[in-house]
Amino acid sequence: MDFLNAIVLIANFVIVPALTYGSQLALGAIGVTLIYGVLRFANFAYGDLMAFGTMISILITWKFQSMGITFGFLPTALLALPFAVVVTIIVSLIFDKFIFEYYRIKKSPGVTLIVVSLGLMFVLNGIVRIVIGTGDKQFFDGQKFLIKANEFKELTGLNEGLAIKSTQLITLITTVIIALMLFWFLEKTKTGKSMRAYSNNEDLALLSGIDPSRVVMITWIIASILATVAGTLYGLDKSFKPFTYFNNLLPIFAAAIVGGIGNPIGAFFGGFLVAFSEIMITYAYKKVLIYLLPESLEPTSLMQLLSTDYKFAVSFSILVIVLLFRPNGIFKGKVL
Amino acid sequence: MRENENVILSFAIMAVLIVFVGVLQSWGVALSILNLCLISAVMSIGVNIQWGYAGLINFGVMGFTALGGLAAVLVSVNPVREAWSVGGIEILVSIGLVLLLVFTIKVISKKIEQSKKRNILIGIIIGLFIILIRTISGPAIEAIESVNPATQGFLGGLGLPIIFSWIVGGLFAALVAFVIGKVALGLRSDYLAIATLLISGIIVSIVKHEDWLSRGVKNVIGMKRPAPYEIDLQQAEWFINLVTFLNSSKLNLINDVIKKEKFLNQLVMDASTIFVKLCFAGLFSTVVIILLILTQKALYSPWGRMMRAIRDNEEAAKAMGKNVVKQHLNIFIIGSSIIGMAGAMLVTYDGLFTPVSYQPLRYTFLIWIMVIIGGTGNNYGSVLGAFIVWFLWIEAAPISLFLINILTSNFDHSNEFKKHLINSVPYFRFIIMGIGLLFIMRYRPKGLLPEKIKIQKI
Repeated sequence: MDFLNAIVLIANFVIVPALTYGSQLALGAIGVTLIYGVLRFANFAYGDLMAFGTMISILITWKFQSMGITFGFLPTALLALPFAVVVTIIVSLIFDKFIFEYYRIKKSPGVTLIVVSLGLMFVLNGIVRIVIGTGDKQFFDGQKFLIKANEFKELTGLNEGLAIKSTQLITLITTVIIALMLFWFLEKTKTGKSMRAYSNNEDLALLSGIDPSRVVMITWIIASILATVAGTLYGLDKSFKPFTYFNNLLPIFAAAIVGGIGNPIGAFFGGFLVAFSEIMITYAYKKVLIYLLPESLEPTSLMQLLSTDYKFAVSFSILVIVLLFRPNGIFKGKVL
Repeated sequence: MRENENVILSFAIMAVLIVFVGVLQSWGVALSILNLCLISAVMSIGVNIQWGYAGLINFGVMGFTALGGLAAVLVSVNPVREAWSVGGIEILVSIGLVLLLVFTIKVISKKIEQSKKRNILIGIIIGLFIILIRTISGPAIEAIESVNPATQGFLGGLGLPIIFSWIVGGLFAALVAFVIGKVALGLRSDYLAIATLLISGIIVSIVKHEDWLSRGVKNVIGMKRPAPYEIDLQQAEWFINLVTFLNSSKLNLINDVIKKEKFLNQLVMDASTIFVKLCFAGLFSTVVIILLILTQKALYSPWGRMMRAIRDNEEAAKAMGKNVVKQHLNIFIIGSSIIGMAGAMLVTYDGLFTPVSYQPLRYTFLIWIMVIIGGTGNNYGSVLGAFIVWFLWIEAAPISLFLINILTSNFDHSNEFKKHLINSVPYFRFIIMGIGLLFIMRYRPKGLLPEKIKIQKI
C-alpha cells in the first residue's frame, strides 16, 4: 500500500506535470530545430512567435465565447486553434518575405540572421504587448478536471490523490498526434523528403531539382503550426502572459540542442528530457521516502536536490553539460 | 577627415536632443537620460570589443551586469557582524570547499586519461562535495538569513567606498568570463550565443535566490554614493549661496521676503538633484572617455590588427601562427569585465540592487541593438548607438503618445480603440527598437558610424 501511495505521489507531482510541460517544450523545440535545419539560423523570435499565435487564438476564443459558441466539455480554444494557425502562418510567411528572404538570397552567415531575428523578436514582443497587454489572460473553459484528487482517493482508497487536468490530457494527445503526423510527413511524403534533402545538403538538393522557396515556405508553415499549437496548449494549461513565452524560449533552445539541433526526433525527446529533469531535480522527495523507507530511516530534511527557484537553471545546466561532452547533442544533429 | 566630421556631427545632434529634452520636459529627466546613456555606452563598448573586434557573440551581457551589481553590494555595504558571527566561518569553509572541488577535478582530468572511469570518478567526487557543502552551509545559511531579516539577513559587504566596486565588478566579471570562455568558446558561434544567454540566466537566478549573499529578491537599498546626498547639499551654505548667485536676477524681482525664501528653497531643492546627477555624469563620462581612448589605442595597435585578422579570416590567422583560442579567451574576458564595470556603475547610480530587474530584453538584447545600430567595430559608433537607443527607449513613450494623438484626433475621447492605444504607449518602444534594428541590418549593415580601417602608408 505504501508503495502504491509513493507511486501515485510521484505520478501526481512529477510524471503528469513533466509529461505535459515536456510536450509543450517538445513541440516548440521541433519548430526551432526545423528552422535551424532548413534556414540555418537559431531563431530567437520563436518564443514571441509562440506568444503571437497564442494571442490570436485567445482573441478568436473570446470572439467565439461572446458569440455563444462552445466546444462542449472541451475548451473553446481548440475550436479557435485552426483559425489561429492560419493567421500565424500568413504572418510568418509575410515576415519571411520581407525580412528573411533578402538574407537568404545574399547567403548571409547565420550570425547575421540571429541579429535579424532579434529585431523581429522586439517587433513581435511589442505587437503582442500592445494588442493584448502584459497581464495574465485566462481563456480556458470547459471541464477543468478529468479526475480530481479527492475522487481518486475515494475510488482507490489510497492516501494520496492523483489529479489530472483535462488540459494535460489534451496537451499530451495533441502532441503525440502532431509529432506522429510530422514524422510521417518527413519520412514518407515527397515534400518531406525534399525538405530533409535540402537540410542535409543544399547544393545537392538544388541539383536534383528541389525548389528551395517551396521548402522554405513549408518549413515556415510547419514551424508556425507548431508554435501556435504549443503556445496555445501552454496557455491553456497554465495561463497566458507574454513575458513567460520569452522565458520558455530558453528551455526550448536547450531541448533542441540537447537533442542535436536540426534533428526533430532528437528535439522531441530533448523536450521531455529537459522537462523531466527540471521537475525531478527540483521536487522534494521527503514524502515519497517516508512511504518507502522504514520509520527509523525517515528523512528529516526536504530531500530536494535543488530548490524550485533554480528550475530554469537546471535546463541550462543540462545544456552546458551536453555541449561540453557531446557538442552535437545526444542524437546526432544537422540532418532532418 | 570626413569620418571625423560625421562623428562630431552625430554627437552634436545627440547633445542638442538631450538639451531639447531638458528645455521641454525637465533638466532632471535630461540628465538621467544622459547618465544612463553613459552607462549603456560602457556596456556597448564592452560588447563591441567582443563582437566588433573579434566576432564573438556574447548574449550573456545581463549576467555580467548582474555580477557588477553584486560587486557593488559586496564592496560597499557595511558588514553585518551578527551574521558573520553566526555563519561566517561555515560560509568561508564552503567557499574553500568549492575551490578545492574545482582544483581536484582539474587535477583528475589532467592525471587520468579520458575514459568512462574518469567521468564516473568526477561524478562521485562532485556528489560527495555537494553533500558535504550542503551539510556545512545549510544551517549557517539559515542562521544568517534569520538575522534581522527585514533589513539584513545577509553577510553584508566590506564597507568600502562604492567606487572601488567598479574595479571589483570588472574583476568578478573577468573571473566568470574566464570560466565561461574555457567552457563555451570552443562552440560554434550560434551555440555560443545560446550558451552565453543560458549561463547568464543561471548567474541571475543565483543572484536572485541566494539570500545570504545579497538578500536575493528582497533587494538591497540605500547604498553608498560617490556623489553628495541631496539633503546634505540643501543644508550646505556654499551650495545655497551658489544657487542664490546663479538665480540672483530672478530672486531680485521678488520683493516679499517670505515668498523669496520659499522660491529660494524650491530652487535649492531642484538644484540639488541636478547637481547630484551632474556629479554622476562627470564620473561616468570620465570612465567613458578613458575607455574610448584605451579601446581606440588598442584597435589600431598590432593587437587590434591581429584581432581583426582573426575575425575576418580565422584560418589565415591560424596559419600565421596566431593562437586564436587564446586571443578569443582574452577578448572575451576584457569585454566582459568592461560590462561588469558598467553593472557596478549602474547599481551605484540607482543606489539599490534589484535582481528582479535583470531581464535579458533590457540588459542583453537592448545593448546589442545599441552596438549594431551604432556601428560594429567602431567604438565611437557603439557609444553613439548607446546614446540613440537609450534616448529613444525613454522618449519613445512621449513621442508615440504625441503621434497617436495626432493620428486619432478624429476619434472621440471615449473611443475604445484610442483608449487602448494610449494605455499601451509604453510598449511602442519595443516595436521602434525592432524596426530600427531591422532597417539598419537591411540598409546599413555596418551601422550608423561604420568601422574604418586605417592603412598606414609606408
